[in-house]
Amino acid sequence: MTAADPSAPHIDAQGSGKVALSGHWTHRALTRTIRELRKALGQFPADTQWDLTGVARIDSFGALILWRAWGRAWPAQAEVPLAVREVIARVAAVRGDSLPPAPRPTLGAALEGVGGGVFRLGRHVSDFVALLGRIALDLVELVGDPAHWPLREITANLYKVGVQAMPVAALVGFLIGVVLSYLSALQLQTFGADVFIVNILGLGIIRELGPVLVSVLVAGRSGSAMTAQIGVMRVTEELDALRVMGISPYMRLVLPKVVALTIAMPMLVLWTSGVALLGGMVTADLQLDLGYGFFIQTLPRVVPAANLLLALAKGVIFGLLIALVACHFGLRVKPNTESLAAKTTASVVSAITLVILADAILAIVTRRVGVPY
Amino acid sequence: MSIQVRQIHKQFGSFVALDEVSIDFPSGQLVALLGPSGCGKTTLLRVIAGLEHADSGQVLLDGQDASATNVRERQVGFVFQHYALFRHMTVFDNVAFGLRMKPRRQRLSETRIHSKVHELLGLVQLDWLADRFPSQLSGGQRQRIALARALAVEPRVLLLDEPFGALDAKVRKELRRWLRKLHDELHITSIFVTHDQEEALEVADQVVLMNHGRVEQIGTPEEVYRHPATPFVYGFLGAVNLFHGRVDGEGLWVGEDRVPHSSGGVNQGAEVLAYARPHELEIVTDRERMDGVAARIARIRAFGASARVELEGTNGSTGAHFEVELAQVQVAELSLQEGQAVRLLPSRLRVFERQGAGG
Repeated sequence: MTAADPSAPHIDAQGSGKVALSGHWTHRALTRTIRELRKALGQFPADTQWDLTGVARIDSFGALILWRAWGRAWPAQAEVPLAVREVIARVAAVRGDSLPPAPRPTLGAALEGVGGGVFRLGRHVSDFVALLGRIALDLVELVGDPAHWPLREITANLYKVGVQAMPVAALVGFLIGVVLSYLSALQLQTFGADVFIVNILGLGIIRELGPVLVSVLVAGRSGSAMTAQIGVMRVTEELDALRVMGISPYMRLVLPKVVALTIAMPMLVLWTSGVALLGGMVTADLQLDLGYGFFIQTLPRVVPAANLLLALAKGVIFGLLIALVACHFGLRVKPNTESLAAKTTASVVSAITLVILADAILAIVTRRVGVPY
Repeated sequence: MSIQVRQIHKQFGSFVALDEVSIDFPSGQLVALLGPSGCGKTTLLRVIAGLEHADSGQVLLDGQDASATNVRERQVGFVFQHYALFRHMTVFDNVAFGLRMKPRRQRLSETRIHSKVHELLGLVQLDWLADRFPSQLSGGQRQRIALARALAVEPRVLLLDEPFGALDAKVRKELRRWLRKLHDELHITSIFVTHDQEEALEVADQVVLMNHGRVEQIGTPEEVYRHPATPFVYGFLGAVNLFHGRVDGEGLWVGEDRVPHSSGGVNQGAEVLAYARPHELEIVTDRERMDGVAARIARIRAFGASARVELEGTNGSTGAHFEVELAQVQVAELSLQEGQAVRLLPSRLRVFERQGAGG
């Protein structure tokens, strides 16, 4: 921009305290020479006579620069055309407060954060219990009215969470069985305690690993699907559509899922534990030369039957927990897709955490049950 | 069935969605709730349906307080913006769903359900689609199926939440007319939410204008268009030109320009907002005239019978944007050109006193 450019902002000190401004006082025109202009404007004393009649254009950026140069007050002597005056007046009307300082981390804020978290958790727990109660009430109602069972929904869910989960559960179970057996075999061989592989695998898989393994799988596979399904129905307003039709989403959506998973889980636990033992057996045969016959004969002797019942009970409890958590989060989805993704993740993480927590509690409670020694 | 809402108040956190709203919806009418998004109209509809609970206030259905009754006892039909059809069911099953899920004692026999569903599908003129799935239908068809589904349970009230919001302009127009016709046949008290002023004015018997959780005006389409009660209503119903000015005698100072105004009831010297519709502005090319607001023509959009001229204020109203609608012939007569300096003379001005800094 040369000095000859008429659109360039120009300051003309005419002597005897008179200053004339001309050109375009807009953001675009000002940015190049902003520093010099600011400095130049700052030089003039407060009693300067300002002449703005030459200003062809001004925007709030230019107005703000002038307003600041004037010390946030109209100069005593100024010739300002109406259009320019209006722009400057608009800027002047805005209160020049600086931004509020960023909140500093304080003890109070930390306490508040923790407290908020606790309250949120409390709300989750109370809602969760309310959901459980709701389903219990619905079940009681259904017992008195057998014609109303949502059988179709229950069987559909059974197929989805049970039958369709079998291949993947088998694959994972088998591989875990193989790995566990191999690692144990290596250790046992060094002590010449080969035969104890049956005890280790039997107890470990049936009592602990089977139920937990299946739970993690099912939480990731079926739990997330349940949350997502209910969540999508919230987003597409299908839940509301059900409600205005007088159909309880609890009865038609939540209850079938909970019932189906509670039934399917113990069976899945049996299935997976069985396949895992098979994997262990294969490895034991290859690695330690323990025959299949010996393995099968020894198993019932070293693993009391109570462990099987415990495993089934765990299956029921974990299945119930996973389904409830999934539906709990599904119903909390807000009608937007972001919330859907967040709640699905939260559902899986919470379900797995809760299952492991429950498993730990059960381990303590049942520490005298089914242990052979 | 008549619906009344009394002093409904609803808050989400610190955001007031409904602020003491009271409206009477007379029986058998089609009422539009009109307003910009976030004005609380959908919330009000959901409160009436019972999908949402108000913090305080009453919903009276046929004079009886329904605040305590459940959604399913209110017998409302609800049509959602995104149809909310059940994706895994055929069209037939979707419509039949509400009937089949009724308690055994109230449930119709399967043959009765069958004939009733076909009757409803005939009503929405989509009987031939009964075996399709929702994903195989167009948006307009889906919304009609959703309407059939809502009507299946014989609702006492029909509530529609932006029913045509997700459809393209042509289908919207068609469905609009169709909805009006359907309503004239059925005469169910209906409330529909929309942010499209054209839709509301064209279809509804009554229009309720809402803004910031409050009712701005209630009236027939004619009334609200001709006699808008507030600047908001004026601005919301159709395009407007806005002048900031100061009252002085019979005229109005807009910057250094003066325009005449005829509406009384404004204090002398008061800061006002003055509105004029695009067809209420006259373009004056005579350079000798001193009245009217100075402006420069920015763009002339001429198609169809009328032309739209976009102008920018030049003097005192710098930065303001105006729009004038006039006949194609006039553009030629005045030989208007882009970049030309003209004056704008309103033939009719609606003046509102300015409140606070708002505007």
